[in-house]
Amino acid sequence: MTELLVGTKKGLFVLEGEPGAPFEVKARAFAGEPVEYAMRDPRTNRILAGVINPFYGPKVFYAEDPSGDWEQAAGLALPEGGDEALARIWVIVPGEAPGTLYAGGDPGVLFVSRDGGETWELCRSLFEHPTRPDWTPGGGGLCLHSIAPWPGEPDRLALALSAVGVWLTEDGGETWSHGNAGLGARYLPEESTDTLALCVHDLQRAPRRPERLFIQFHGGVYRSDDAGASWTEIGHGLPSDFGFPLVVDPADPDSAYVIPLVADMDRVTPGGRVRVYETRDAGATWAPRGDGLPAEHAYLTVLREAFDRRGEGDGLELYFGATSGDVFGSGDAGATWFTAATRLPPVYSVRTA
Amino acid sequence: MALVRLRGPLKTLAGGAEHPVEGTTIAELLARLERERPALHGWILDERGRIRRHINVFVNGEKGGEATPVAPDDRVDVLPAISGGAA
Repeated sequence: MTELLVGTKKGLFVLEGEPGAPFEVKARAFAGEPVEYAMRDPRTNRILAGVINPFYGPKVFYAEDPSGDWEQAAGLALPEGGDEALARIWVIVPGEAPGTLYAGGDPGVLFVSRDGGETWELCRSLFEHPTRPDWTPGGGGLCLHSIAPWPGEPDRLALALSAVGVWLTEDGGETWSHGNAGLGARYLPEESTDTLALCVHDLQRAPRRPERLFIQFHGGVYRSDDAGASWTEIGHGLPSDFGFPLVVDPADPDSAYVIPLVADMDRVTPGGRVRVYETRDAGATWAPRGDGLPAEHAYLTVLREAFDRRGEGDGLELYFGATSGDVFGSGDAGATWFTAATRLPPVYSVRTA
Repeated sequence: MALVRLRGPLKTLAGGAEHPVEGTTIAELLARLERERPALHGWILDERGRIRRHINVFVNGEKGGEATPVAPDDRVDVLPAISGGAA
């Protein structure tokens, strides 16, 4: 049984089912409130949900049973009396150390929890980074949306922020280096030397080869084989190299999936056709995977956190949701697809459990 | 002391609808209320000490801001604004 946590504009939907058939809505929480992101930590079985109540501000809540009582996590706020307030939680990711979780938010902030998500602490070294005055937000805000731990090494972390770029630490967040070599921004003049205006849309690590990372950029798909220090463009062969989410097959560092959208000025699936693109050779070539997906008059927008995986290899399951309220899945690594849910509110995030 | 009146989730978090609170401005009053009722912390005021964008505060029926003066016998209503409920 696969569980999907679907964050939507009107609450969290918990779906359950088997690949190949529609999933059942098992629970709905935070009815009417935007749930930007939700995940279940497999170590504790605890669900953590980022809820941005339009009246009362962004909060994170946690529960094991989504139909039961939710507790509010503490500490997810910026320093009091400052010039900024937390605008949104974008992503929550389990760390490598026991009980550790990371949360990324707007305005470009990282929080750390060491007790399974009950209490959180702002990462001061990133918040007070000397380059921060030069950071600029993208269309979605100054969002820290990607957090990639290094398997087995708790002190190594890669982050991506829009529109700032990649930050790397090897000392548990005490110091940060900027990973930007090779990333090119088409929205800047050719002669621009600005390395702090890099609009990374998603960053994912290949867990079996942790020095390899993939990026879906704001125009461009990139791969790094040196832990994020430098990047090679690999988007040739895609119908468009604009998009938001990216998924890696944990079993194979050469395998990754993207969902191209037309362009930054037209953020829908190209040609009215929904297709996931797969590479099995680390980005040298890409192949469409759309068997079972809408093939005509389907102009979908798939957001950054709305694509996830479960399992690996031939048994890799893939799931993505769209702002149309549709959720699609594959139980065979993208070879065939089925509709898991329709007519949900606009989908912001999809995470498997 | 002014009387702060809450509704909805704020009332639940504060453990009741009506709260006598000391303070000479709306900001002072609400900051004190959030301190006295820790479950409310961050729900009305953000980290900057500003009233959240889609919350309206009224003093004796007149809409006010952070600096609006509050007298001891005033009634202060904290209400969600219609602007926050967009489709």
